[in-house]
Amino acid sequence: MNPMLNLWLIPLLPLAGAAINGFFGKRSSRKAVTTVALFFSGAAFAMALWVAMRFSSLSLPYQEYFAHWLRSGSFSVDFAFYLDQLSLVMLLVVTGVGFLIHVYSIGYMWGDPSYYRFFSYLNLFMFFMLTLVLAGNYLVMFIGWEGVGLASYLLIGFWFTKDSAASAGKKAFIVNRIGDFGFLIALFLLIRHFGSLNFNQVFQSVLPMSAETSGAGLLTVIGILLMVGACGKSAQIPLYIWLPDAMEGPTPVSALIHAATMVTAGVYMVSRSHVIFERAPIALTVVAIIGTLTAFFAATIGIAQTDIKKVLAYSTVSQLGYMFMACGVGAFSAGIFHLMTHAFFKGLLFLAAGSVIHAVGGEQDMRKMGGLRKKIPWTFWTMTAATLAISGIPGFSGFFSKDEILWRSYQASWVYWLVGVITAFITSFYMFRLWFMTFFGEYRGEADTEHGHGGHSASDAHGGHGHGGIHESPRVMVIPLVVLAVLSVVGGYVGVPGSLGGNNRFDKFLGPVFHGSAPAKEHSTALGEKGAPEQETEGPEPQKAVSTELMFTGISVVAAFLGLGLAWQLYYRRPELPDKVAASFSGVYEVVLHKYYVDEFYGALFVKPLINFSTRILWQGVDQKVIDAAVNDAGDGAKHVSDEVRHMQSGNIRSYAGWVAAGSAVVIAFMIWMWTGAR
Amino acid sequence: MSFHLILFLAFGAVCVGGAVNLLAQRHPINSALSLIAVMAALAGEYLLLGAEFVAAVQVIVYAGAIMVLFVFVIMLLNAGVEEETKGSRIALLFGVPGVLTSSVLMVWVVLRHSVTEAVPIGALPGHPTDIAQLLFHDFLLPFEVTSVLILIAIMGAVVLASKPEATARKVG
Amino acid sequence: MVPSYVPLSYYLLLSGFLFGCGVIGFLIKRNIITIFMSIELMLNGVNLSFVAFAAHWHALAGQVFVFFVMVVAAAEAAVGLAIIIAVYRTRETLNVDQVNLLKL
Repeated sequence: MNPMLNLWLIPLLPLAGAAINGFFGKRSSRKAVTTVALFFSGAAFAMALWVAMRFSSLSLPYQEYFAHWLRSGSFSVDFAFYLDQLSLVMLLVVTGVGFLIHVYSIGYMWGDPSYYRFFSYLNLFMFFMLTLVLAGNYLVMFIGWEGVGLASYLLIGFWFTKDSAASAGKKAFIVNRIGDFGFLIALFLLIRHFGSLNFNQVFQSVLPMSAETSGAGLLTVIGILLMVGACGKSAQIPLYIWLPDAMEGPTPVSALIHAATMVTAGVYMVSRSHVIFERAPIALTVVAIIGTLTAFFAATIGIAQTDIKKVLAYSTVSQLGYMFMACGVGAFSAGIFHLMTHAFFKGLLFLAAGSVIHAVGGEQDMRKMGGLRKKIPWTFWTMTAATLAISGIPGFSGFFSKDEILWRSYQASWVYWLVGVITAFITSFYMFRLWFMTFFGEYRGEADTEHGHGGHSASDAHGGHGHGGIHESPRVMVIPLVVLAVLSVVGGYVGVPGSLGGNNRFDKFLGPVFHGSAPAKEHSTALGEKGAPEQETEGPEPQKAVSTELMFTGISVVAAFLGLGLAWQLYYRRPELPDKVAASFSGVYEVVLHKYYVDEFYGALFVKPLINFSTRILWQGVDQKVIDAAVNDAGDGAKHVSDEVRHMQSGNIRSYAGWVAAGSAVVIAFMIWMWTGAR
Repeated sequence: MSFHLILFLAFGAVCVGGAVNLLAQRHPINSALSLIAVMAALAGEYLLLGAEFVAAVQVIVYAGAIMVLFVFVIMLLNAGVEEETKGSRIALLFGVPGVLTSSVLMVWVVLRHSVTEAVPIGALPGHPTDIAQLLFHDFLLPFEVTSVLILIAIMGAVVLASKPEATARKVG
Repeated sequence: MVPSYVPLSYYLLLSGFLFGCGVIGFLIKRNIITIFMSIELMLNGVNLSFVAFAAHWHALAGQVFVFFVMVVAAAEAAVGLAIIIAVYRTRETLNVDQVNLLKL
C-alpha cells in the first residue's frame, strides 16, 4: 500500500507557529517572531515539496486517517486527508506562495506595533487553508472553509481601531457566512442521500448516476448550493461585495488571501466536486453564467477605480469569474491552471502594489502617483511582468491559461467566448492604465519632498514614514517579487496547448482526476467534448480544430494589444483625455465609479430593513416591551400587591383584632361547611 | 314550664344582662362588676348541669381570684372613663349585617336539633372524686404541664410588672 | 322528682351569645382592660359549652377540660395584666389606639 506520508503535519506546522506567536509573541523580539513564523511556514512548504517528490510512487488517491471524529448511527466522519494531483497542485501553490508572502511581510510590517499578531494570524490562515486543501471529506473541508473566513476577518480588520477596517472585516465574514449557508445545506443533502461526506464514498455513489438532463434533480440542487458557497468565498455575483472592501487590510493579506489562496477555495471546491457537477448540467450552466457575468461586470468597474488596490481587487473578482467560467463549461483543469498562474501574477501584482505604496509613503491613489519607473526599478520590472501576464500577452503565463479557458468555453457556446474576449480586452486596458498611471508621466504626489509624508491612507504601516524621498523597498520585500515574476513568466509553460506545439503537461497531469468521470449516457452538447474517457480530446477533425484554435488565440492577442494601445493613448500620450471622456459620459461614468451602486442597493434592500427590524421590532418591541416589561411588571406587581397588603400591618391593635375575628369566622364557617357536607 | 327551665332562664338572663352591660358601660370598673355577675350566673348554670366541682371552682377561681385581679389592676392604674370613639363606618357596614347573619345562622342551626337533644337537670353529676380520678390518672400530664405553666406565668408576671430599678435592687 | 329537660341547644345558644358578646367587646372597646375582660367573657362562654356537651354525652372529660381552661385563663390573665401595667408605665395610657408603634 502507500507509505505513511504524515500529511497531517503539513497543516499542523503552521498552527504550531500561530500558537507560539500568538501566546508568546507579544513579549518576544521581532527577530524571534520572524524566525518562528518563517520556520513553520517554510517547514510546511518543504514538506509539500517532499510529498511532491514522492508523488509518483504513490497509488492514488492517497488517503490518510488521522483521528476519530463523529460517529452517529451509520454516519461517520473522521479527520482524514486526501491527496491526488489536484490537491498536490493546490498544496504547492498555497505553501509556496504563502511562504513567499511570509518573507515579504517581514519587510512590509516591520514598523507595525502588532507585528507578532500579524504573523500569528498569517500562520493560522495557512493552517486552515491547508486543512481545506488536504481534506478528505466535506466536513473537514468545511472546517478549513470556515477557518479561512475567520482568518480573513482577523486579517482584514487587522488595524481594527480604524472603523472602516473593522467594518470591512465584518462585511467579509458576514457575506461569507451567507454563502456558507448554501454550502451547509448542500452538505445536509449529501448526508441525507449518500449517508456520508467522504469524498471517496460520495463520488463512488454518484458515479453510476446518470446526468440530470431533464430538469433539476438532487444533484442539480446540490450543485447550485455548492456554487452559492463558492460565490461567497470566491467573490462572485451576487456575493462579491466584500472583496473590494477587504483592501482595508495590509497588502500582504490582500496578496495571499484575496488573490492567491482563499478566494480560490471556491474554485477548488467546485473542481473537487466535479463528479456531481458533471451530472447536473443545469448547475454547470449556472456556474458558467455566474462566472462569465462576474468576469465582465467586475472588469467594467475596474476601469474607473482610482485606488490601486481597488483596481486589483476588481481584477481578482474578474479573473475568478474566468475560473468559474472554465469550470462551468467542464474545463476543470483549465480553471485550475488559471488558478495557479493567477496566484503567481496576482500575488505579484499585490505585493508590487504594496511596494509602490511603501515607496510613496502610504499613498494609494493612482492619480497622485506617476513617473516612478526610474525610482523603484525592481518593483517596476516585476510589476511589468505581472501586468503582461494578466493581460494575456503571448509568452507569459496568463496567456496560456486564459487562452485555454477561452478556447474551451467557445466549444460550449460562442457567447461565453465573446464575453470572455471582451473582458480580456477590458482587463488589458485597466491593467495597463494602472501601469501607465503609476510608473510613467510626471510624479503627481508629495512624497518626494523632504517633509512630505504622502497620502493619508493610513491603512498602510508606512503612512508616517517621513523618509523624505521615494526609495526602493528593502531586499526582503524585493526577493519574493522577483521569484513571483519569474514564475509569472515561466509558470505557463507547463500548459502549452497542442495547437501551439506544446504537450499541455498540466492537463495531462490532472487527467486522472477529471477524466473518466463523465456520466455514461450520451453527453449533452453543453459539455463540449469532455465526454471522451481517455486522453486529451482532439475533436473529430484535428486539423480544423487546431486552426480554429489558433485563430481564436490570435483574436485574444489582438484584444490584449488593443487594450494596451488604448491605455497608452489615454494615459501616456494624451493624459488629459480621460477626464474629457469621463465628463462627456458623466452619467455612465458616475454609475461605474460608484460600482453600479450595488452596495447601496444591498444596503437598502437587505441591510436597512434588517437593522430596522432588529431595532424596532426585536429590540424595542420584543426585548423592551415584552421581556423587560415582563420582568419589570413582575417587580412592579409585587410592589403594588405588597403596598396594598402592607395596610394590614397598621400597628393598630383593634384592626388586628378585627382581622383575627374575620379570619376565625372564615375558618369556623369552613369547618361547619365541611362537617355538614361530610355527613 | 318546668322548674329546670325557669332556673335556666333566670340564670341565663343574668348572663345576658351582664354581658350586654359589659359592652355598654364606659367605665371599666362597671364592666368588671358586670363580668362578675356573669360568672356567678354561670356557676349557677353549671350547677343545673350537675357540674358541682366546676361551679365551685368557677366561683373560687374565676370570680374570686381573676376578677379580683382585674379590679385591682383597674384601681391601680386609675383607669378612667373611656373616650368617645369615632364610630367606624366600615364596622357598621360589615359588622352589623355580619353579626345579624351569623346569629341568625347559629340560632337556626342550633334550634333544628333542639328537640332531639335535651339535657335533664343535673345530668352529669361532677363529683369531685370522679373528677379527681380523671384528673390524676388520665389527664395527669396536662395537669402537670399546666402547673408548670402557672409557675412560668407567675415568674413572668413578676418580671414584667416590676419597676426597672426595683429588679436591679432586688437582685442579691 | 320527675327530671325535667332543657334542650341542649338552649345552653349552646347562651354559650354562643356570651362568646359573641365577648368578640364584639374585643373589637369595639378601646380600654385595654375592658378588652381583656371581653376575652374572659369569651372563655366563659366556651366553658359553658364544654360542660353542656359533657352532660349531654356523659363524658366527664368535658368538665376536666373546663378545669384546664380555667387554669390557663388564670395564667393568661396574670401575665396579660402584668403587661398592661408595663405598657401603662411607658405609654401613660390605657388606650389601645395609642399603642401603635409596630407598624409598616
